[in-house]
Amino acid sequence: MGSIATESQFHVLAVDDSLIERKLIERLLKTSSYQVTTVDSGSKALEFLGFHEDDQNYPNQPSVSPNNRQEMEVDLIITDYCMPGMTGYDLLKKIKESSSLRNIPVVIMSSENVRTRIRRCLEEGAEEFFLKPVQLSDVNRLRPHMMKAKYKDHQEPPKQQVEEKSEVEMSIQSQQEEDELPHEQHQQQPQAQGSSNNKRKALEEGLSPDRKRPRYSGLTVV
Amino acid sequence: MRDIRPSGRRDNTRGERKYGLFQVISPSRSAKTGLPLWLLGLGVDRLRTDMSRLLALLFHQGVLDEQFLQLQQLQDGSCPNFVSEVINIYFHESEKLLRNLRGLLSDREFSDYKKMGIHLNQFMGSSSSIGAKRVRNVCVAFRAASEQNNRAGCLRALELLEHEYCYLKNKLHEFFQIEQQRVLAAGVRYPIQN
Repeated sequence: MGSIATESQFHVLAVDDSLIERKLIERLLKTSSYQVTTVDSGSKALEFLGFHEDDQNYPNQPSVSPNNRQEMEVDLIITDYCMPGMTGYDLLKKIKESSSLRNIPVVIMSSENVRTRIRRCLEEGAEEFFLKPVQLSDVNRLRPHMMKAKYKDHQEPPKQQVEEKSEVEMSIQSQQEEDELPHEQHQQQPQAQGSSNNKRKALEEGLSPDRKRPRYSGLTVV
Repeated sequence: MRDIRPSGRRDNTRGERKYGLFQVISPSRSAKTGLPLWLLGLGVDRLRTDMSRLLALLFHQGVLDEQFLQLQQLQDGSCPNFVSEVINIYFHESEKLLRNLRGLLSDREFSDYKKMGIHLNQFMGSSSSIGAKRVRNVCVAFRAASEQNNRAGCLRALELLEHEYCYLKNKLHEFFQIEQQRVLAAGVRYPIQN
């Protein structure tokens, strides 16, 4: 699994109003050799990204003008859902509506497994939805999204984009740290929440006690 | 057989993180414990066992869950104090939340259950993130009472929450104390080169 770019080149912007969560996600990301910037609100995130309302009106405009050039390129945004003021969902919407920012992959985190919430986020263009507490195995899933976004001009991924769909039937290679089944299915049993194997990834149909990980994106192999 | 563990409570009483690694190269007696350093070094394994035992107990009691282990896995040479830093933030934030909750409920005219819910969500989230399972579970019950505007139920839940939090805090302090001693003792055996 050779990577085209070294991991240290990827820069992740993490958004969460909780200090503990920011510390955690920062540590998780740094452990995975990403550069990290953390902010405590959606509005600060937009500020950091150099977001301007005008971007929405000119979808064909080249990505940046001198006034709204980002300080640093951001390869992925990971945001909490529940935040005062601007929620993670609001932030996601604004990013996807912005011509300059819409190509940055966005991942949502939430401590609550609410199906409608998950569906909304995925439909709005979020790449993944992580249940908190986020773990290293979740963070390991980020790189493909960043690689895809970064190298999108140079190689067409052979697989189908399925971001709009909420159900995907794919077989996925298991992550090295996972002791999960090698093939995932989306028809799951009714959820068993609060099981001692704390399930972090939510499914459309519910949680599986075996810690299977649903894929809501178009990727096959990590 | 003499107990070679660093003696007594006369050393780190307050759980401060003064590792005092300078003691490794100072005269042969430890300033803190009065023990010869070579004896301190032998205590490492005993301390490690004590830590494991304490953790096992806390797991068994359901006070902590595997998320706490995840935290530990994130700690390494480049970030050696990660766990205690996060836990200290947790203590600080939790105590503020508990004060807020207590404040809300001491008002007889209290009716802002929504605000209470916000505090509880925060408490639940942070507890879950550090693996404080029992505290988190009490928050869940507390939130249920709050959603029913059940003031008496909330008061009971708050008492329980304060109790659980206290227990957790004491145990975690104990854990960090042992860890400090272990680091100090390990520093004796394997003096840090950098």
